[in-house]
Amino acid sequence: MFRMLMRGAFAAMLLLAATTAQAADADVAIDNFTFGPQELHVKVGTTVTWVNRDDIPHTVTSTTLAFRSKALDTNDKFSFTFTTPGSYKYFCSLHPHMTGTIVVEAAAGGK
Amino acid sequence: MTAHDHDHGPSRRKVLECMTWAGTGVLWTVAGGVPASLGMIDQALAAETKGFTFLQISDSHMGFDKPANPNAKGTLEEAIGRVKALPARPAFMIHTGDITHLSKVSEFDDAEKIIAQAKLDVHYVPGEHDIIDEQPGKLYRERHGRGAKGAGWYSFDANGVHFIGLVNVVDLKAGGLGNLGAEQLEWLEDDVKSRSASQPIVVFAHIPLWTVYPSWGWGTEDGARALGYLKKFGSVTVLNGHIHQVMQKVEGNVTFHTARSTAFPQPAPGAAPSPGPMKVADDKLRGMLGIASVTFKQNEQRLAIIDTPLQG
Repeated sequence: MFRMLMRGAFAAMLLLAATTAQAADADVAIDNFTFGPQELHVKVGTTVTWVNRDDIPHTVTSTTLAFRSKALDTNDKFSFTFTTPGSYKYFCSLHPHMTGTIVVEAAAGGK
Repeated sequence: MTAHDHDHGPSRRKVLECMTWAGTGVLWTVAGGVPASLGMIDQALAAETKGFTFLQISDSHMGFDKPANPNAKGTLEEAIGRVKALPARPAFMIHTGDITHLSKVSEFDDAEKIIAQAKLDVHYVPGEHDIIDEQPGKLYRERHGRGAKGAGWYSFDANGVHFIGLVNVVDLKAGGLGNLGAEQLEWLEDDVKSRSASQPIVVFAHIPLWTVYPSWGWGTEDGARALGYLKKFGSVTVLNGHIHQVMQKVEGNVTFHTARSTAFPQPAPGAAPSPGPMKVADDKLRGMLGIASVTFKQNEQRLAIIDTPLQG
């Protein structure tokens, strides 16, 4: 019984690892009042994490308000998981000349 | 030295020496056709200028502790010390925003405590750093926006001059600049409509109302509409902060001027990869921070603006 449980757990771990690999998490750095990369392509299910490397607070605000961070101080992070394919434009609501796009693509061979 | 010395044409060097001696820092009279440069002093007024004087401070950024100035509290205290030491007591003070760095209660508290030492009435407008609390702008409005309209705009009269405080840091659009918005513009149009064209106007807001450098967001999307409502007036002075450096421009009857920060300097437009805080040598910092005093003299179209650095 114990062995079966272990096997089950191991399978679950494998499955988890596989899922994670499929939609590798991605980072966007906020540096020098720019989002980098400015345009990021990810697979559906990806969690994108923004990190503010500036000495000035910034926000990550979707133009459709699909996601919206609070003000991120230096080294603060904000994460959002994209579950629907599409093109997501965003900007810094404090410095609106800072803009970026996340392009979420359907998983390969997916629905 | 008196305000009338220019009739005899003192050299610019002489005027500057005189100012250094008087300890008032850089001084100039904004006169017609003067290029937007600090070096082009056309005519200078002495510190004992008679008239109605008010003071501008800006960008205190309480809570900022990064390398560009680890002690923004200390430099605000120094700035207020300068205010207290002015030979002629100003009528009041305006603060053109970014009182705090992160809109924290403790930052608003610290700023208030220090600024109160000047014992002057203070008229505020918010900067984008003052409205990033949990409920955006709530703390600012509770403290400094009581009785104001919308996100905190208002007007008042003092000594025959009409003062208008505008908010251009709210509801900013992706890819755009500062923004006043339709509601505020309508209010402004109505506020000035029945006023006499001879009344001097002073407009103050955080982000420059004129386009300084759009790729860094230094301008206001609908600023030109606001200025359109002020066309009929013979004397309009626009005072801003946000860019942490002195810059001026004269366009017709309108004088634009930005004040130094009391916290940290920012680079000249395009002089760095970004407009972020500029780290300078410790002994240079106080020369790049400061306050501005503005004097209105009866029967003079333009106001005399004196920028005083904390040091030098």
